[in-house]
Amino acid sequence: MSNLETKPADGVAAGSQVNPVENRFTNRFSHILADLGKNGIFIALILVVVLFSVLTNGILLRPQNISNLIVQNGYILVLAIGMVMVIIAGHIDLSVGSVAAFVGAVSGVFAVQWGLPWWLSIILSLLVGALVGVWQGFWIAFVGIPAFIVTLAGMLIFRGLALVVLGNANIGSFPTEYRALGNGFISNVFGELDLDPLTLGVAVIAVIALFVQQFRTRKGRASYGQAVEPIVWFIAKLVLITVAIGLFAYALATYKGIPITLIVLAVLVLVYGIVMNRSVFGRHIYAIGGNLHAAELSGIKTRNVTFWLFVNMGFLAALAGLIFTARLNLAGPKAGDGFELEAISAAFIGGAAVQGGVGTIGGAIIGGLIIGVLNNGMSIMGIGIEWQQAVKGLVLLFAVAFDVYNKRRSGGR
Amino acid sequence: MTDKVDAPLNILEMRGITKTFPGVKALQDVTIEVGRGQVHAICGENGAGKSTLMKVLSGVYPFGTYEGDIVFENKIVEFKDIRDSEAEGIVIIHQELALSPYLSIAENIFLNNEQRGGLGLIDWNKTNAEAAKLLARVGLRENPTTKIMDIGVGKQQLVEIAKALSKRVKLLILDEPTAALNDEDSDHLLNLILHLKEQGITAIIISHKLNEIKKVADSVTVIRDGKTIETISKNDVTEERIIKDMVGRDLENRYPDHTPHIGDEILRVEDWTAHHPQDVSRVVVDNVNINVRRGEIVGIAGLMGAGRTEFAMSLFGRSYGSKISGRVFKNGVEIKTRTVSEAIANGLAYATEDRKTYGLNLIDDIKRNISMAALKKLEKLGLVNDGQEWTVANEYRKSMNIKSPTVLAKTGKLSGGNQQKVVLSKWIYSDPDVLILDEPTRGIDVGAKYEIYSIINRLAAEGKGVIVISSELPELLGICDRIYALSEGRITGELPIEEASPEALLKLMTMEKAR
Repeated sequence: MSNLETKPADGVAAGSQVNPVENRFTNRFSHILADLGKNGIFIALILVVVLFSVLTNGILLRPQNISNLIVQNGYILVLAIGMVMVIIAGHIDLSVGSVAAFVGAVSGVFAVQWGLPWWLSIILSLLVGALVGVWQGFWIAFVGIPAFIVTLAGMLIFRGLALVVLGNANIGSFPTEYRALGNGFISNVFGELDLDPLTLGVAVIAVIALFVQQFRTRKGRASYGQAVEPIVWFIAKLVLITVAIGLFAYALATYKGIPITLIVLAVLVLVYGIVMNRSVFGRHIYAIGGNLHAAELSGIKTRNVTFWLFVNMGFLAALAGLIFTARLNLAGPKAGDGFELEAISAAFIGGAAVQGGVGTIGGAIIGGLIIGVLNNGMSIMGIGIEWQQAVKGLVLLFAVAFDVYNKRRSGGR
Repeated sequence: MTDKVDAPLNILEMRGITKTFPGVKALQDVTIEVGRGQVHAICGENGAGKSTLMKVLSGVYPFGTYEGDIVFENKIVEFKDIRDSEAEGIVIIHQELALSPYLSIAENIFLNNEQRGGLGLIDWNKTNAEAAKLLARVGLRENPTTKIMDIGVGKQQLVEIAKALSKRVKLLILDEPTAALNDEDSDHLLNLILHLKEQGITAIIISHKLNEIKKVADSVTVIRDGKTIETISKNDVTEERIIKDMVGRDLENRYPDHTPHIGDEILRVEDWTAHHPQDVSRVVVDNVNINVRRGEIVGIAGLMGAGRTEFAMSLFGRSYGSKISGRVFKNGVEIKTRTVSEAIANGLAYATEDRKTYGLNLIDDIKRNISMAALKKLEKLGLVNDGQEWTVANEYRKSMNIKSPTVLAKTGKLSGGNQQKVVLSKWIYSDPDVLILDEPTRGIDVGAKYEIYSIINRLAAEGKGVIVISSELPELLGICDRIYALSEGRITGELPIEEASPEALLKLMTMEKAR
């Protein structure tokens, strides 16, 4: 009601504007354009999903496959989170695949050969990953060797150590609880039903949380006098996301329920999203990537930030290694092969900038999902690994080219 | 153009050159004549337009972007780029040498002008032999295969000249060629210029150093505020006349009123010495002693290369230099400033000379740039309070008059003046006791300069100590309460504002070490 009362005053103030109608229209139009640029990656994901649902005659969207999509790509998404942070700071990490393999092997020693309890094995393995990060972070942050070199060395070192630990054999048959990390589900809490109520319930809560968060942000922005997108566009976006979550949850509910991997991922996205958006540490990462000199001269302890960034990356690489090992129920010498490239691709497809300073966790996740859908869709279609590689390479190239084009256009205006 | 048959007296005439940048007239109707086979000096304060003029001449600013005519060798020339001017025999050697450190002397000399043999491949014997000949001409006894990074700056300068000679140079332009050289190398270079003159090569030398101008120049043109003041021939050159020409301008109304309320000493720096980060034997900041009192605006005047920025940066968390020594006292108590965060914690702030490279994260917004140095104030349990940050940034946007509709605008899109206001906001928000402002108004238009001066006055009025480093003397004279002069890394004098004049300061700024 109060809105209506303030209208006349606004009208008087707006009287000086040239043409309010045209203004509103162009405003909305420019919003949509700007949003297409910002959400281009999201739209790309939808396009890829639609394309492959058609090409695979709908197999892609079958409940079992959707569930697989998450579980199979969980490790890439975990790595993508750490990788995008490293890339925002202007570094790179080539060693994550080898570190994942190494930690997988070490966890095999803990859980299978030494027979330690599953939870202790997981904790110790994550600690080993963090220690790997300490090692690499030391060389990068305090000795000043470029991350490219240190992690290239790390790629060889930890692949080698993985083989040493495995002794040229596979370690297998992990405890059930450990394996749940890779292929466990939470369901049937309310008994055997066709449609798992817990999964649907969680989805409803997620949607409500999303709405509350989005409306609060919007309201907050408006109260600060910041520009907000037109309400129609805003609602349309929310509806779209709700439908997507609904379909996704429905698929999971008709299959086995919520994958444990998904829960781990959700927690990571939430925590790291807050770290990058709201924490001092996250701010420092963006500041370092945006202008290292300015960050240093503003008193930011750039070396410490870089160091912890790589410790974190080691931790996440270890987690990815555990998820992968758990899923295969096997720690093998080939584990983690090429993970680093997929994680780096995910970050860049998700809008991170090569020069650093730009990127988001959400973008990297969507980038990882695009790669996941490509992997999965092409596999269903029976396309050989050789063509899969080539296609993924092209997608990376075009995604970044589109991003560069977009920025140049907006910069030129 | 056909009315003259014999070789003209002047090799170069620049007639009525006017060059405008958005909002600034950098050159205004500048006319200069350079006699064939002469050494012509161009003098002027930093920012007077010397470099702009040379960029117009060498085609960096191509034909069509300026007004006026360039007449070279008796014909009007229209250079589209540097290659055009080099083809005519005009070669410019910039202050920042353009050599590739990892390539050999010979490779550098013939860069993009490679000596080719059969099949278009590089003939290395010829390259090195030709290079050796050129090195002999400039009096440099080095093997042509020596890498550039293995020889000193003085010798590198000679390599640049050898490179110019390889291009059959007729007019050699040297931009502050001795700024980075020691006395011996400077002497050698100046003698070389005279030697080349005997071989018929004309030279334009841009310099502040009056003694070297007297030594080599046949005539001197003084430029001030983008205008030619006068051209003086060798016999009439006096220090007083050049200084008067360089600085004579009115100061009224450019600076806001400032009534100092000066209190106790707030910062004292004792025996501050810093060496060059790579060349550890070179002393860049030499035993500097300064102090600042509450509410006082203290200027540091010095020519380019005097060590102004190096002093400030070495003081601010050892951000520059090696083998730094000296003591810092705040309110009479010794403090340490070994890291930037330590310096900030001890109440120092330093706004850099180069905003874009060292001051701002250009791809981020105003809000986050303002909070960058003092995120701690907005932090709770490691999380930044967004709302509070927004409020703070908005307050600064208003109080500092940052012209942007929102604090979410990227700083890279702001004008120089507004960028500087963001930098100042950042440091003011960090709540310092002493602010060091390095060239606070460089590249800023007149109106915004006035605003920056007002901000500086406000800071002093709040009881803070302010150190202003500037190469613009009128600026220092307009806003400071006391001015130190710096030359070759040493404080050569200290003048209260009542005794300070451009002449007196320039004399101190050009004072050289006793030989």
